[in-house]
Amino acid sequence: MITFSERQLKTPKFMRPVYLVTAGQSKYARAIPEKRTEELCVDALTMAAELLGLTPAELKRYIHSCYYGHFADHFGDQLLGEAVIHDRLGLDPLGNIGIKSGGATGGSTLWEAAKAVASGYSDCVLAMGWERMDEVPTDEGNFLIASAADRDWESPMGQIYTGYYAVMAQKYWQVFGKAEASFRRTLAEISVKHHGYGRFNPFAHGGMEITVDDVLMSPLVADPLRALDCCLMSVGAACAVLCDEATAMELTKDTKNRPLRIWVTAGSHTLRPADRRNMDIPLLPNEAPDQYKDLAKEFPGGERYPGFTGFLAARMAAYYGYRMTGITDPTEDLDVIELHDAFTISDVQTYEDIGVRPYGRGRDYVESGDCYHTNPHTGKPGKLPSNLSGGLIGCMHAVGASGIMQVFEIATQLWGRWAEIHGDKKRWEEFGREKPEDWTDLQVKGAKRALSISHAGVGSHVTATILMDPDHLLKKDA
Amino acid sequence: MSSYGQVQVKNGRYKFRGDFHRLEQHMPIRDADNGWRLVGVTKPRDMTYVHTYGGEAEFFEALSQGKLLATKCDNPACESKGSIFQPFRIHCPDCLAKNAVIDMTDVAKKKATIHTFMVCARSGAFNMLDKPIRFINVEFEGVSTILFSYLLLGEPKIGMRVVPVFKRYNPTYTILDLSWVPAGTKAEELPEGYSF
Repeated sequence: MITFSERQLKTPKFMRPVYLVTAGQSKYARAIPEKRTEELCVDALTMAAELLGLTPAELKRYIHSCYYGHFADHFGDQLLGEAVIHDRLGLDPLGNIGIKSGGATGGSTLWEAAKAVASGYSDCVLAMGWERMDEVPTDEGNFLIASAADRDWESPMGQIYTGYYAVMAQKYWQVFGKAEASFRRTLAEISVKHHGYGRFNPFAHGGMEITVDDVLMSPLVADPLRALDCCLMSVGAACAVLCDEATAMELTKDTKNRPLRIWVTAGSHTLRPADRRNMDIPLLPNEAPDQYKDLAKEFPGGERYPGFTGFLAARMAAYYGYRMTGITDPTEDLDVIELHDAFTISDVQTYEDIGVRPYGRGRDYVESGDCYHTNPHTGKPGKLPSNLSGGLIGCMHAVGASGIMQVFEIATQLWGRWAEIHGDKKRWEEFGREKPEDWTDLQVKGAKRALSISHAGVGSHVTATILMDPDHLLKKDA
Repeated sequence: MSSYGQVQVKNGRYKFRGDFHRLEQHMPIRDADNGWRLVGVTKPRDMTYVHTYGGEAEFFEALSQGKLLATKCDNPACESKGSIFQPFRIHCPDCLAKNAVIDMTDVAKKKATIHTFMVCARSGAFNMLDKPIRFINVEFEGVSTILFSYLLLGEPKIGMRVVPVFKRYNPTYTILDLSWVPAGTKAEELPEGYSF
């Protein structure tokens, strides 16, 4: 579809407010041979209960239906894995359903869970996501991931998904990055930032103190992307519990978890980038109708939209989400974000798709320093810090869990519990990790509104999850 | 005695002949750091999938005959009327009417350029292409989509004119039967089995 009807552009509306009351996650690692997947899910649910001062059994008494995100059945060699997890969590005979949308699986799981509460079907639901990608050799893992591309038109070519994605990165690199060495260094800075933040996150397995030169010297994967530009491949689980208002107030009474309003929206685009047709750019509230008329003059080769440089699905998720919640300018209205940094270049592209910067200008946001917790140029707080968890590059990418991990992270920011949860020495020890001596508190002071973007592959599915402190809404009837 | 699995369609049903899987023993996985305790087992498996091309079958058959087919929406009531699709789409994505099949071999020979590319040194298991793989996306004048393929010879550049090459000898009947070379490449430069 390259034009829309008014009905298709309707601003989404929940029938009643939905709240996030708690979340939890397991340790993340490249491999966890000592634990079955259900053990990781039990860890996540137990943590979510503990943040409310409850036992898992007490929290389970509130849950009415369950939404499970797990992408790659073939990795786990288990169809209907949701039924296994559901049983091991002791939640039978409640209704449950599996959700899969590639890298956006975690976000899509929250989308379904939120709608279940918003519709009145359930007053309290569990959204749980997991993945394990450690049980096949790497080349077979690449083969299995390539199965997410079109099996007749793409996957026979090399059976390597990175190649299908990287043609898009190359186009962005040449058109909007103008193949400049300075842009290549900007991409490397993103890797340094995300690996660096990962060092302060006990759940993360990609924490590293590295330099721009380390990134530029790391092995070439698909020019211009190098090994340290790429996200991690991980095992782990994450969960969130969503409720209606009455249940949310009851569950969070006398706890440190303030109930947070939650909205989730979604967009999509073709599985094969080859099928992308040229169209007008759907505008966000902070963009003007003639804003992009000279884009192709300024960036020769940037004539097509979304072409191979933008993600229409991310733009549409933001389009719906901003209108649903009253966001007019994400940089002004939000306090912290988590983006799906599958590669460093995806970070830059997503700043543009969600309107933090106009198309073609994403790199400016990194270079301004405003995406950092503390702006390295000014020493003051970053305007809108991103991926303080370390993101997919520095924390983890356990596909079905990633979108929920992001929401766990921004929720801890809005609860003001980031330091308590990430700085707890016992947690570091329990995960067999050493808390760094220079561990730094990445709490964004006074954070009230946050966004996370969960993104599949070449942009087939994208969700936007928006959290707000209920006393700091932007739209009364949101 | 084992033989490769083969499939035919007869009376509207698949007929299977030969071996479609092989049995291998599970093997224990032990922890070398902790007294060789049991952790799990390997689960080897070798299977053959059967897959129909359905309405796209004529596209893949045509590659083996040196032709590049595309489709076009001819529905006068469709907002996308006249759009040409490559990759071949059986139905128009807007009106869902069945598209007309067109032969775009000549357009591909005269008006194809590289929209973007990627040289990839790695591959997944079961890859059949030589590495490094030179992935290219090919843009055609007058076609609304951009085909993903690979460059058989030379080094890719954005904007470079390319021409199609077909694996007509011993074809695989997959998308690998189509590849591209820089415009101006001579027939004698092509690897054995490939032709313009």
